[in-house]
Parts: sequence; structure tokens; C-alpha cells
Amino acid sequence: MQTFDLATRGLRELNQTLHALRGTTNETAWEIVNAKGSHAIAVGVDAPLDITVRGSTGYYCAGMNKQATIRIDGNAGPGVAENMMSGRVIIEGDASQYAGATGRGGLLVIKGNASSRCGISMKGIDIVVHGSIGHMSAFMAQSGNMVVLGDAGDALGDSLYEARLFVRGSVKSLGADCIEKEMRPAHLAMLAELLERGEAGHKAKPEEFRRYGSARKLYTFNVDNAAAY
Amino acid sequence: MTDFPHTPPRFSATFTPDVNAEIRRAAATGIYDIRGGGAKRRVPHFDDLLFLGASISRYPLEGYRERCDTSVVLGTRFAKKPIVLDIPITIAGMSFGALSGPAKEALGRGASAAGTSTTTGDGGMTEEERGHSKTLVYQYLPSRYGMNPDDLRRADAIEVVVGQGAKPGGGGMLLGQKISDRVAEMRNLPKGIDQRSACRHPDWTGPDDLEIKILELREITDWEKPIYIKVGGSRPYYDTALAVKAGADVVVLDGMQGGTAATQDVFIENVGMPILACIPQAVQALQDLGMHRKVQLIVSGGIRSGADVAKAMALGADAVAIGTAALIALGDNDPVWEAEYQKLGTTAGAYDDWHEGRDPAGITTQDPELAARFDPVLGGRRLKNYLKVMTLEAQTIARACGKNHLHNLEPEDLVALTIEGAAMAGVPLAGTNWIPGKTGF
Ligand SMILES: Cc1cc2nc3c(=O)[nH]c(=O)nc-3n(C[C@H](O)[C@H](O)[C@H](O)COP(=O)(O)O)c2cc1C
Repeated sequence: MQTFDLATRGLRELNQTLHALRGTTNETAWEIVNAKGSHAIAVGVDAPLDITVRGSTGYYCAGMNKQATIRIDGNAGPGVAENMMSGRVIIEGDASQYAGATGRGGLLVIKGNASSRCGISMKGIDIVVHGSIGHMSAFMAQSGNMVVLGDAGDALGDSLYEARLFVRGSVKSLGADCIEKEMRPAHLAMLAELLERGEAGHKAKPEEFRRYGSARKLYTFNVDNAAAY
Repeated sequence: MTDFPHTPPRFSATFTPDVNAEIRRAAATGIYDIRGGGAKRRVPHFDDLLFLGASISRYPLEGYRERCDTSVVLGTRFAKKPIVLDIPITIAGMSFGALSGPAKEALGRGASAAGTSTTTGDGGMTEEERGHSKTLVYQYLPSRYGMNPDDLRRADAIEVVVGQGAKPGGGGMLLGQKISDRVAEMRNLPKGIDQRSACRHPDWTGPDDLEIKILELREITDWEKPIYIKVGGSRPYYDTALAVKAGADVVVLDGMQGGTAATQDVFIENVGMPILACIPQAVQALQDLGMHRKVQLIVSGGIRSGADVAKAMALGADAVAIGTAALIALGDNDPVWEAEYQKLGTTAGAYDDWHEGRDPAGITTQDPELAARFDPVLGGRRLKNYLKVMTLEAQTIARACGKNHLHNLEPEDLVALTIEGAAMAGVPLAGTNWIPGKTGF
């Protein structure tokens, strides 16, 4: 385990050090201490590293992550794991707005709650939230899966495309073109696997969730649907 | 019976035939008109300006003999690897999806041969474009279609798109007809559906967030790449100042004449300001912050000739970008396809239904048969020629004004032909010393 003190060595050196490991296959373990809400911690990592950030992070922690497992031992600021490509990001606490925005792959696990716009424009990422999510979550979500053990706020899945949303608790309201869909055996199996990978297998059962997705009515503009926009 | 003279038929200046036709079209279809291109109405433009040339007090440089440099360096503020271009005319961002793969290739070929850069667009980075562009600017758009860290790293600069002149405040639009398998896959969306991309970035709002977003992009790319911020011409003074504050290396400012692949006509014609009105305000903001020439300014929107380039630079821009003109150089709207334009109910020069994907010239389409009509090698050569001509024209004017670098052109070299032009550009009306709004008349 290598320890990196952000307070003494600074952000630039941190990311430069992690980037220098690009192309390596060693699953080295790193611990970043004194995060103190800094922005852009461990962004653009592209190696199978195991990174633990001690403390809470500012904006865009783990942005565009590839391959690495990044664990935040605290809360995460806005845009955590934005545009993640692969790997895993696990937040022990809560996450602010836009968690996992535009994520294209990998797994984002939020053990607390997530604020508004969680999974906005998601493009293939899997997101598992142990708590609840705020309004406008999964707005224009393109693909990937979002699993919420708690409740969802207003306008869930507004204008979404092919992403699948699974919510265990209540949904305050569904956004335009988002509807409840039938939960089929294949979905239950997928959900079981997602819960397991999302470190929530012991907290919930697939049967307790409801599935939401696109009604696909806004896919091509139709003047009779104009009021929905 | 006496034949009294009667009033000849008279058309309204308000309800013109065009206006009436649009009312009938709207009544018949129930949907607004979508089209490509920029504002078609006449707005104050570079045509309203003239150069004074040399005189007794200013001597000219010898054409063809005395040097007049054209190079420009972009990204000197923070980037470890600024971009050096031979000419100050860049190719603006146009999406793969709006344009065919071979058209993007031709832009890369032509720009590289002329010593300048190309820019990706809403559809992500294609191999055609990266492979054929010596210098490629990678757009970071609200939709983030295809966005990935590998392409960020293999780009030469990053352009954060906040807005576009044709539609400040509007998002992207790529209608189903143009969503081929390849386009759909790059954007991670089902084939054949209408793609209305977001108008706001998904993970930041406002200038303070933007500053942090730029920090993130710089960290991901190890502070190597210049970061541009592109804004539509709406509040150029404040947008430029805020872009500088947010940490931009380069500000890209696009006026209302700027082209688009597909937008509502009402948006194109009624939102945003002409580029002529935008440049002086942006330059003022840079000067007020002590950043003129330190943060470079690229302007676009209706740039057609070396004269336009020279005028934009005389007003204080460091470089320009072209979209529509580059497409025309490639062969868009060429009268050789007139018979086919007629079949589409239009005529060469007026064709703007780029969103329908049936472009006879094979440029703004994803239809393999139409796209095959377009030869990227020939297209690249034509674009190179055109860029060279524009450069020669700008140099001709600069030498006549006694300038040994295009950057040395200045507002004092200009006068305006119209009061509007004088007020917007902040240069005197020709034959007077009147700058409306500035001097005491
Ligand atoms: C076909 C086409 C596609 C465009 N696509 C984009 C785009 O993806 N992103 C963007 O920022 N601007 C886009 N633009 C706008 C150009 O980048 C540029 O601002 C504009 O074309 C400049 O004005 P001009 O066409 O008068 O030269 C597009 C323009 C055209 C004509």
C-alpha cells in the first residue's frame, strides 16, 4: 500500500503519478489521505489500481476512470465518476449532484444517498444507490442500469432512452416518457447480480424492486406529443 | 366607358410571399421549420467595413516581396503544448453524423495541407478525422456523445462548447434519417431515432463550476492541451470575461450567421447577435482584463474571404473559424447538382435541408450511395486551395495597410460604410470621425 498525502504533495503530482501507471497491469494499492474536499482527485486513471480516498472529495472525483477501483471513504462532491469508462467507484457516504453523469461503463456504488440528476445522460454505466436519489435522476439516460434501494425524487427518467431503472421505494413522479415496465425473470437475475456487485446483496431482494424505462414515445418528434416537451 | 387606371397588385412588406408561405407550411404540418445553415436575413457584417490602405502617413509593404506573416499560436496561457498554425483560419466543429465520414476526412486533408486545424463535433471523434488532421480540436459538448479519455488524450486541444452562434441556448439536433448504424453506435443510441442533444452540460452550471470542470480536463490531460471555450454571440463581453475567469486558453466566439447542421429556422434567424457586433465587445473584455493576445480569440459566423479574415483580425481577433464556407469549398450546393436540387424542391445555393440526409453533393449525409459521390482527396485539395486563397487575400490587404503580420492589422485601418456597422465595429463612418455611441455627436 502506497500512501499519498494530498495536503503536502498536491493534486498535480497525484494525478501525474497515477497517470504514469497507465499501461501497467500491477494491481497496486494506493491510499490518498487529506482529501479535504479537493476537486478532480484521481481523474483520468487508466490502470487496474486499487485506490482509497480518505475523507470527502470535491467535484469530479474519479472522473473518466478506466479500470481502477476507487473507494471514497467519505462523501463525494458533484459529478463523481463522471463519464466513467470501466472499473468501479464506491462511495461509503453520500454523493452530490450528477453522480455518474454520462458514464459509459463500469460500476458506481453509492452507499448513502445521491442528490439530484444522478445518472444524468448515462451511457452504459451501472449505478447502485443504497439510499435514495434526488430529482431529475437518469434524465436523458441512454443505456446502462440504475438500481435504487431507497426512493426516487421528482421526474425520474425524464426523456430517457434505453437505460433500465430499478427502484425499491417510492417514486415521487416519473418524468416525460418514463413508465413502469414489467419485471421479467431476466431482469430479476440481472438485478440480483447488480445488487451483489453493488455490495447490497444482503440489503435487498430483486423481487422488492419495480422497473422503469422508456415508453419510446418521444423517440421521433410527433406534434401530438409536443405538450410532453 | 372610360377605362380608369386601377391600383396595381401590391405585396405587403410585412406579409411577404416568404412569410405567407411559411404560415401555410406551419398550418399544414403543425411543426416548426428545421433547416441547416446560418441566418439568411441580411445583418450588419464585414461587408459594412472597408480598409483604408496606405497613404502619405502610412507606407505599404511590397506585395510578393516583403514578408507578411500569417502564423498564430493558440493556447499560450496554461497549456504545456500550445498549438502553432501556419494560417489563422481554422475549420470549425462540425459533427460526424451531420457530415459523412469522407467529408470529415476531406476537412482534415485540406486543413492539414494548408497548415491549420480541424475540429470534431457533436458525434465524437472519427478515425477519418484524427488520421487526416495534423492538428485536431476535440469538442466537449453537453451531449458527450462518444466522449472518452483516450480521445481527449489524442486530441491536440479541447473545446468546451457552451453555445453556438446559430442557436445560443439551444441543443443539438440530428434527425432519424441520418442515424445510421455507425452514427447510432458512436452516440450509444438506437438507430433511426431523432437525437435532440442537451443544451446544458450535464455536470456543471455556471462559471464557477466551469472553472472546476476545466481543472478536471486539464488534470486528465496532464495540462498539455490548450482548452478553448466556445460561446454563441449573445453576451460577448461577459461571456468572454467569464471564460477567461474559468481558465480558458482560447475563446471561440460564433456569431448568428454561423452555420448549424439542423436547428429551428426561428432560432437561427432570431436569437444571437451578428459577429460584427460581438468582436469589439469580446476584445474589450480581454483588454479590460489585460488578457488580449494572452487568451486568444477565434471568431466565426459568415466568414467567406480573406477580406473577412483581415477585418475580423483588425478588430482584434487572433484567428477565425469557418464552417459553411468550408462545406461550399468541398462542393456543397454546387450547381453541378442542379437537376437533383430541383427534384428536392430547391436550387443550388439555397439547399439547406441538411438534416434530411439527402444531400446531392454527398457531404451532409449518411447515405452510403450519396456519400460515395464525394471524393475526399479532391475535396481536401479544393479546401486547401480555398484556404490558400483566403490567406493570400488577407495578406494582400495587410501589406496594403503596411502590416508585416496579419495580427498587426488594427481598428484604425478600418472605416464603416453604414451607421450600424460603425456603431457595432466601433470604427468611424467613412468620411467622418463619427463612431456612434463613442464620440460626442
Ligand atoms: C454542418 C454543420 C455542423 C455543425 N456542427 C457543430 C457541432 O457539432 N458543434 C459545434 O460547436 N458547432 C457546430 N457547427 C457550427 C460551426 O462550428 C461554426 O460555429 C459555424 O459553422 C461557423 O459559421 P459559418 O458556418 O458561417 O462559417 C456546425 C456547423 C455546420 C455548418
